[in-house]
Amino acid sequence: MPATLLHDDVLQQRPMPLPAPRGAASGAVLDALQGEANGLDDAVDRALADTADILGDEDLQLALLLLYELHYGGLAGVDDGLEWSPQLLAARARIERDLEAAIRAVVRVPERPEPTAAAVAEALFALTGEDSGPSLSRYVARKATLEQLREFLVQRSIYTLKEADPHSFGIPRLTGRAKAALVEIQSDEYGGGRPGRIHSAIFARTMRALGLDDAVGAYLDLVPAVTLASLNTMSLFGLHRRLRGANVGHLAAFEMTSSLPNRQYGNGFRRHGFDEEATWYFDEHVEADAVHEQIAARDLAGGLVEGEPALLDDVLFGAAACLEMDGRAGAWILERWTAGESSLRAPVP
Amino acid sequence: MPDVPVQIVACPNGPLLVRGEIEIRTPDGARVPQRRRTVALCRCGKSTIKPFCDGTHKAIGFVTEPEGDA
Ligand code: FES
Repeated sequence: MPATLLHDDVLQQRPMPLPAPRGAASGAVLDALQGEANGLDDAVDRALADTADILGDEDLQLALLLLYELHYGGLAGVDDGLEWSPQLLAARARIERDLEAAIRAVVRVPERPEPTAAAVAEALFALTGEDSGPSLSRYVARKATLEQLREFLVQRSIYTLKEADPHSFGIPRLTGRAKAALVEIQSDEYGGGRPGRIHSAIFARTMRALGLDDAVGAYLDLVPAVTLASLNTMSLFGLHRRLRGANVGHLAAFEMTSSLPNRQYGNGFRRHGFDEEATWYFDEHVEADAVHEQIAARDLAGGLVEGEPALLDDVLFGAAACLEMDGRAGAWILERWTAGESSLRAPVP
Repeated sequence: MPDVPVQIVACPNGPLLVRGEIEIRTPDGARVPQRRRTVALCRCGKSTIKPFCDGTHKAIGFVTEPEGDA
């Protein structure tokens, strides 16, 4: 193992810089974040009334992502107190209501298993094991150009620079077996006490190895709604206690569809001659997520359902929502690439 | 911390999940670096990162006999 991999580099993130607006709603949110909230309610309501597809709506997905960022690392130059501004929370709630309805409308929830840990785990493995068509990971392994690898990291950076954070909001909402399982997984995600091994910090190394900026939000302007929607879905589930079952199901499905694709991603970077420093993130996930998926299926999702059987449907919904939303984001990239286009809104500088 | 026995969970159709202080060694006695507190040991035989599981058991349809409560 090269020495650099042992070196505990600490990644210190700063509040996210404000992006450019993508329409009236995100523009009004940006204004409100800077103290000018007069037009917010109207702009958000109009955008919600006018949108044909909230899941792909650039303006609304960016507006929601900005409102959520107040609960994560914050926004540069923005008053931290706005996290609990009744007006901003009300705007967030209106977007969330339509987003949740839209996700529920497109997600196909599998048949209900018995509310036992073993049956829930089995149902989740069956659901996540279904082949969902063409695979981004195979494309990355075999065909992606260097430019596409950089695009892939830019797309991933929206979530991965805050990897594990959305689901961590669920910790105080759980008890017993499910809580211990979530903390066991998240502790590993957060480096087991070593800052240099926090997964988001390992990902930052991969970004740097490809000459990319590893600051939160550095490429937000380039990333399309479909990718923002995938993170917004996690934030929605994580920030609502009512949706703790969906939060758990989401994480379980995420972990259960990770180890095999990550080997392929790593292969794609190795094919272009990148070393262990660049592929550490993917290699780490091959091993880590093979552990996490077992804990997540049985102890986290199964444990939650055994403790609170009424949450069974939400767990299944959350898992199916993860596959659907991440599947859309992956399919978008693959479609653009196979058409010879960029998957981003503008080229990586 | 009081002595807690190492716990091994035989995951249906998957690895052995090991929680607790263990030492993994290769056949010639070298220590296998353990990078996390809980590890999954491959029992399908097809992992590319043996002795650890890498999820390959799913791709090859590895099936175990039922082993009681899991
Ligand atoms: S048991 Fe998982 S790869 Fe062998």
